[in-house]
Amino acid sequence: MSSSWWSEVQMGPPDPILGVSEAYKRDTNPKKINLGVGAYRDDQGKPYVLSCVRKAEAQIAAKKLDKEYLAIGGLGDFTKACAKLALGDDNEVIKSGRNITVQTISGTGSLRIGANFLSRFHTEARDVYLPKPSWGNHTPIFRDAGMQLKAYTYYDPKTCGFDFQGALNDISKIPEKSVIMLHACAHNPTGVDPRPEQWKEIADLVKKRNLLVFFDMAYQGFASGDIDRDAWAVRYFIEQGHNIVLSQSFAKNMGLYGERVGGFTVVCKDAEEAKRVESQLKILIRPIYSNPPMNGARIAATILNTPDLYKEWLGEVHGMANRIITMRELLVANLKKEGSTRNWKHVIDQIGMFCFTGLKPEQVERLTKEFSIYMTKDGRISMAGVTSGNVGYLAQGIHAVTK
Amino acid sequence: MALLKSSKIISTVGLHPPLGILSIRASSWWSEVQMGPPDPILGVSEAYKRDTNPKKINLGVGAYRDDQGKPYVLSCVRKAEAQIAAKKLDKEYLAIGGLGDFTKACAKLALGDDNEVIKSGRNITVQTISGTGSLRIGANFLSRFHTEARDVYLPKPSWGNHTPIFRDAGMQLKAYTYYDPKTCGFDFQGALNDISKIPEKSVIMLHACAHNPTGVDPRPEQWKEIADLVKKRNLLVFFDMAYQGFASGDIDRDAWAVRYFIEQGHNIVLSQSFAKNMGLYGERVGGFTVVCKDAEEAKRVESQLKILIRPIYSNPPMNGARIAATILNTPDLYKEWLGEVHGMANRIITMRELLVANLKKEGSTRNWKHVIDQIGMFCFTGLKPEQVERLTKEFSIYMTKDGRISMAGVTSGNVGYLAQGIHAVTK
Repeated sequence: MSSSWWSEVQMGPPDPILGVSEAYKRDTNPKKINLGVGAYRDDQGKPYVLSCVRKAEAQIAAKKLDKEYLAIGGLGDFTKACAKLALGDDNEVIKSGRNITVQTISGTGSLRIGANFLSRFHTEARDVYLPKPSWGNHTPIFRDAGMQLKAYTYYDPKTCGFDFQGALNDISKIPEKSVIMLHACAHNPTGVDPRPEQWKEIADLVKKRNLLVFFDMAYQGFASGDIDRDAWAVRYFIEQGHNIVLSQSFAKNMGLYGERVGGFTVVCKDAEEAKRVESQLKILIRPIYSNPPMNGARIAATILNTPDLYKEWLGEVHGMANRIITMRELLVANLKKEGSTRNWKHVIDQIGMFCFTGLKPEQVERLTKEFSIYMTKDGRISMAGVTSGNVGYLAQGIHAVTK
Repeated sequence: MALLKSSKIISTVGLHPPLGILSIRASSWWSEVQMGPPDPILGVSEAYKRDTNPKKINLGVGAYRDDQGKPYVLSCVRKAEAQIAAKKLDKEYLAIGGLGDFTKACAKLALGDDNEVIKSGRNITVQTISGTGSLRIGANFLSRFHTEARDVYLPKPSWGNHTPIFRDAGMQLKAYTYYDPKTCGFDFQGALNDISKIPEKSVIMLHACAHNPTGVDPRPEQWKEIADLVKKRNLLVFFDMAYQGFASGDIDRDAWAVRYFIEQGHNIVLSQSFAKNMGLYGERVGGFTVVCKDAEEAKRVESQLKILIRPIYSNPPMNGARIAATILNTPDLYKEWLGEVHGMANRIITMRELLVANLKKEGSTRNWKHVIDQIGMFCFTGLKPEQVERLTKEFSIYMTKDGRISMAGVTSGNVGYLAQGIHAVTK
């Protein structure tokens, strides 16, 4: 058949983040390191399935449950526990029933449902303000949902830290009712988070500007090792009266990556409003995928609702966060040993899975071509990909391209 | 020490929120959001659950039930799960387009092992979130890249969710005649008439087998004429195949129309679901295929599908795809699966015959032949909305307002009561 419907379809570029892993796979250098995608690795560089996850799976398998469709909004045992995890067990919002929390296809699915919902119902403003920089996928998520993308200053390349004054300046100019995206903890890609007193000023200013807050919390527990500490900003904003929308992911903190487990929450004025919002979320979700996948949600619900497993999970999250903190310290120590005189303090100050090295694109390219060390072009490295076995080689490479 | 004390005082003051905060909470972003209606199909099950009548029957949603009215997890599925669990696989992200072992087998299942399309690499098949997810990816893709035409022509009637899927993706919905309420069968001439007027390059949706909601399928010679006319009209064919194996009990027979169209040179797009034929409902397993001109075009289309999928959900859920791939790629399990699908289809055919026999026993003089002629999970009874309402209110028999019943919900235990109810409201 020589005719075609798709002759005008152009070859599109590979995903900037996922494309890094593809290039890594093709590389035959035995010393290669993949610091591209944010997936946790143990100290042998292997994927890590949490022990509490294996236990939960065994419990679930023993029950011989059926595979009937979940409700459009997902598994009730999961969504309730998901909300409690984010907001705290005794949160007034949950007690008064003024949140609606739906199960989503991990963090991306949650953000997209949120973007679609805002696009359809938040008609007073079309603009979403992302921090500069933000996770690359945020932009097409909101754009494909019909929103316009804008940015506020966030990262200071001079200090490799938070440009607090720059952020306040930009936020003070955001038009009323616009949507502002905030990373709850472990900012992606920079690893730079506001301090609590800075969060308070941001919350104040956002309230004055009357902005709709969209929190993206993909790393709860993973940033500091402490579930409650990582959710502090989210809970503070709610206490201060912000009726936020919130995306949660269990990809990293429960290692459930490919199972696609997440939640989307709208904090409403009251329970009546939550019911209206729920009905519209269901109408939106049904023509996208009807109802969400069951397996990962059952695992997460089992862990969150079984005290022994919950306790074990907290320990494992803490362990993952600690290994990453240790790798940060090791990397800086090795860079010093190599003779680097640059200031690498930010590697230790930054938090979570990623480190914004400050490397320039040319330096990143050299690292990839000469050393087979793979990272995204913006100089972001996944600390989870660093091990005590490869940190020395990594330091060599980084020193070589920056001395 | 003094610093600590003062910060304690500050935090105590903070516990009593000033009026400004209360007014924030009382204000709202969502005051204009209206309460939306419940889903017409899923809402039926919700109403059924609330009913306390011990004789209640749920003939709403299309999920298979065994003869005890219980959900049925296939034996081949349980075996596949055990095999997968033993391997202690990791949970790393799948590729954006899904699990390779699944997508290859998914395409072969639809098109046939030796299909020229697959051999020449001119299809791109991605894993999707069951049938709905597949249709929506397809709708979004058409909306973005099939710019010569905005209209999608659905058969009248079609699955209720087709409409919002295409509409939310930015397409316009139109319809072609399909069902004949006078015969409870296929209005072949009406369909040809309407199709002959569809503007060139429009998208036409065809149900590959076991049409939902009517259960009315074209016969092979009718499919041939439709294929011919669609080619003359130069229409883009979108096949929805949610019931392969489930309709006749035979995998290849149910895919015949899809394969015939491709043979005739239609470069179709195709949605597949494994919800029903593998009983994987809540695991959300499906596939979306674009049949391209050649392998080079397939690569371009694949790259754009990935760009489209990434900001919707990044990559698809692994569990169900692993199960389906294991079954499709393990000869013993595949054979067992074919037997189980055949068994499910047979039980439904038996229930159709039993229902008609029971209606005759009740003394009904209406023509119920269509109950046996229709195929697949559903039966379009021909009942009117008022009759459906009576059945629900007086008999606690639940179905969708259009008179569609899920035959999978009928058992040898409840078919008698069902016949009583139907006869009572139609005599």
